[in-house]
Parts: sequence; C-alpha cells; structure tokens
Amino acid sequence: MNAPLQLPGTQAVDKPVRRRARIWRIRGELSSRTVVILGAIGLCAPFLAWWLYTALGFADPIFMPGPGAVLERIWHWWNNEGLLDDIGISVYRVMAAFVISAVIALPMGLYMGTYRPVQATLEPLIDFIRYMPAVAFIPLVMLWVGIDESSKILIIFIGTFFQMVLMVTEDVRRVPMAQIEAAQTMGATRGEIIKLVILPSARPALLDTLRITVGWAWTYLVVAELVAANSGLGYAILRAQRYMHTDKIFAGILLIGLIGLLTDQAFRWIGRRAFHWQKR
Amino acid sequence: MDKPCISIRQVGKQFGTRTQTIEALRGVNLEVMPNEFITFVGASGCGKSTLLRILAGLETHTSGDILLRDQPIDGPGVDRAMVFQHYSLYPWLTVMKNIQFSRSLKVTMDSIQTQGDVERASGRADALLNLMGLNAFADAYPNQLSGGMQQRVAIARALMPRPDILLMDEPFGALDAQTREVMHDLIRHVHRLEKTTILFVTHDVEEAIYLGSRIVLMAPRPGRIENIYDVPLPAERNQDMKLEPAFIELKREILSRIRETSGVQTDLDQLSRLTQGADK
Repeated sequence: MNAPLQLPGTQAVDKPVRRRARIWRIRGELSSRTVVILGAIGLCAPFLAWWLYTALGFADPIFMPGPGAVLERIWHWWNNEGLLDDIGISVYRVMAAFVISAVIALPMGLYMGTYRPVQATLEPLIDFIRYMPAVAFIPLVMLWVGIDESSKILIIFIGTFFQMVLMVTEDVRRVPMAQIEAAQTMGATRGEIIKLVILPSARPALLDTLRITVGWAWTYLVVAELVAANSGLGYAILRAQRYMHTDKIFAGILLIGLIGLLTDQAFRWIGRRAFHWQKR
Repeated sequence: MDKPCISIRQVGKQFGTRTQTIEALRGVNLEVMPNEFITFVGASGCGKSTLLRILAGLETHTSGDILLRDQPIDGPGVDRAMVFQHYSLYPWLTVMKNIQFSRSLKVTMDSIQTQGDVERASGRADALLNLMGLNAFADAYPNQLSGGMQQRVAIARALMPRPDILLMDEPFGALDAQTREVMHDLIRHVHRLEKTTILFVTHDVEEAIYLGSRIVLMAPRPGRIENIYDVPLPAERNQDMKLEPAFIELKREILSRIRETSGVQTDLDQLSRLTQGADK
C-alpha cells in the first residue's frame, strides 16, 4: 500500500514545546514519575538553598547553622542525649491525645451528622470552645490535672478534638441522601442505615479527616511540652532556645516535620489500600 | 376486575416557610391497578416527584388518604422499591453486593427461614444480574461502570426483594439518548417479566408515552393532576411506534398542555429586538 495520504501542511512535526505545555493544562495529568521527581525537587530545593546560604558564609552560625551542623547535632543527640527517648515520648503524647480525640469525636460526629437535634444542641457549644486558644488552657490544666503525662495529653486533646468533631460531622453529612433513601426504601432501620450505609460511605472522608487532624495534634506538641516537661522533641526545642542552640532547634523542627510526613504518607497508603473502589 | 393496589384520594401537601405556604400538591386522586405502568409528566414544580416520594414513604402528605391494598402508608416498606436518578449505589460494594444489599437487612432476613429460601435468594440475584446484562461485571465496583450500567444495577437492587410496586424518579434523566432507548426496552421487559406495578416520573414526554400504559399529566401552582391519558399503543412496543401518527399526536397534545401550564413564557418580540440590537 501507499504511504498514508498527507494533506499539505499536516505533516507530523516534532513540537516538543507543545508537548511540554500539556502538563500546564488546568488540572492536567502527570505521570507518577514526574510527580515523584517534582516532589523531590520541591523538598530538596530549600535544603540546597539553605546549604548554599550557610556554606557561602552569609549567615552567622549562631542564628542559622548549616545542614551539616544540624545533622551533626542530630547524630550527637541520638548518641548522647537520648533522641530516641525524646521521639518515643513525643509520639506517645501525640498519639495518645489523637486516639482519645478520635475515639470520642468519631461516634459524636457520627450522631451530630446523622441526627439534627444532636447537631443543633452541640454545634454552637463546640464552635465556641473551638475558638478558645489551647495554650491559654495550660494554667488551668496544670491546676486541675497536675503536671504529669496526662496534662500534656490533655493540651493536645483540647487543640485537636473540637476541630475533629466538626470535621467528622461534616464528613457524615456529606453522605449522599440518595444512598440513605435507597436503604430506607429497602426497609432498613435507622441502626442499619448508620452501620451499613453512612459509616462505610463516609469512611474515606473520615480517614482523610484523621490524616489532617493528626497533623494538628503534632503542632500542639511544643505547646503541650511547655507544661513542666523534661523530655520530648518539643521540650528539647524549648530548652535549646534557652541556650541558643539553634542547631538543635533546627533539628527538632525538622524531625517533627519528618515524623509528620511519614504519618501522612502512612494514612494515604492505608486509604489507597482500603478504598480501592474510589475513583482515581 | 382486580382491586386497585394504590388508591390516592384527595391528597394534598403543603410546605410552610415563615413567609408563605407552598402547595406542592392539591386534591390528587388516582387509582392504580396491579401491573400497571403509569408515567408522570409535567412542568417543573408540579409535584410529580413529591407524589412519588410520598408513595415511597420518604415524605408525608398533609391531607387526604393513600391506601396500599387498603392499608395506609406508614413510612417506607419492602413492598415498594425506589430507583433514584443517581448517586444511590453504594460505591464501596461490588455490583453483586449492591444487588444483594437488601439481604443484609433485618426485614429481609426475617423472611428467610429455610435453606431453600437462601438458595432462592442467591438464585434471584444471579437471575437479576443476567436480566440486566451485567454478568461480566458482578465483581466490578460502581465507579468502573458507565451511567447506564449503574442504573441497571440500581434497578436490579430495587427488584431484589420482589417489590409489588417499583417507583422510579427520573431514573434515566442523566443518561444519553441512545442508552436511554436501550433502558426503555429493558424496563418494559422487566415490567412484563416481574409483573411489577411501575410508577415512573419523567420530564421527557416521549419517554412517558413509550413506557406508560397511562400517562398522568400534572400541573404546577398548586401541584395537581391536569389530565390522564390512556396510551393508544399495544402492550408490546418497539421503537418504530414513536413515529406513528397516534404517538406523535399524543406527544403534541401533552407538550402543548405542559407549555400552557408551565407559566414560563418567552417573549419572542423582546428576544428579536435584542438580536436586532446586537446586529448594529
């Protein structure tokens, strides 16, 4: 056969510029390799800038230590100052507060999102408390609970719980009414609708809410470890501030960020595995 | 002659807002015989969906009586199944599990007593899957299916508990014209095979004529029945009948009545003046 007929002016021309532009379409597609590469660039670039800035001697090491000094500090911390214990106790505090919040917020939000009277009763109260600064509760918490572990957990709880309840409520309210009504017309009882429709339907959104709120729990760690702590990442940062150990402040902040990133990825991984039925 | 399976007598429904009361339905009378296929058409706001939802037990009427085989309606029941326009499937369940959803409900489990009942039920699920042409998709998730196939699953799920009455609220409204034609023949086949009484709400007059044995034309403000037409077509139908004079005549008649009652008027003079202005 002949070569495919080509109209004048329609010859295939290599236009790499055009192809590259496709990724800039609004909500365009990216290959997973590109996503990884771009993510790595985004993560590495500030570090590189930081390294350059300090290596070229622009910054006074007292105010801004270089990445090398910070890594050295982490190494020293690990070997001589019990970094693992600090991480352990901080993870424990954050997770304890987070789990307690979730255990209360999930059923409470489920009922608030399902039954309007429950929502009408509780929402104004929760909105009210939500705006109270968790830090301001520290003196009260110390008075009422003391200065042991539970007070640190309580501070993180106060910072996390009230936001979490409202987000869970919203997740539950977003379950499409048609899904609920379909179950009703099949004769489902209220209990069955909650168990067989609302909960499974809201589950991906709930996991997302947990993923976001666990991040908030971490941000309250430093605040919580203001309360007569003598261990933990937040405490280490606060102590380092007193002695102008900026390298340790950097180290602590970076470690918290790293743990947060890992938890986030773990939640995302669970979500992908558990909710494979979702549209990509 | 059989007794009617649904008797609607002087049914009205009012919504009250703070400033005004809206009459969604007024003085609706209708008797439905077993195995009838009734379609409801009318301008938007005529209350056709509201009437269907009242029959499903999802909403309540404020005056008059509705009797289902001489019993007043008390909420949703397994004797009436409903198919919604969309978003009613359970995306976390496979096609087969969606169809079998009603089997996990207490109302259904109470009626299953012997091993034979169990086998009949799973045989029915297979048969429905077959009837809907979904055999190859038993283990697929709803998000992997086209809109037309999703509605087939919804219909199969509604038919699973062997309802006497199938209520359909614009079930094909979101489908394209070709898929809709296929669904029309499918639903007529189901009607013949299952001997179900079908009440079908649509805004598409052609669909209403092609499917229905009777057409209920409703009008808005207040929502009421304007007229009832017997469809002058044989029980066995095919797509060619849409071109027959009787079909077209009925379509013309109903469309003009809807236009009269819709209260929406386009001032053509005004429109042409606008276009002339644009020309200059």
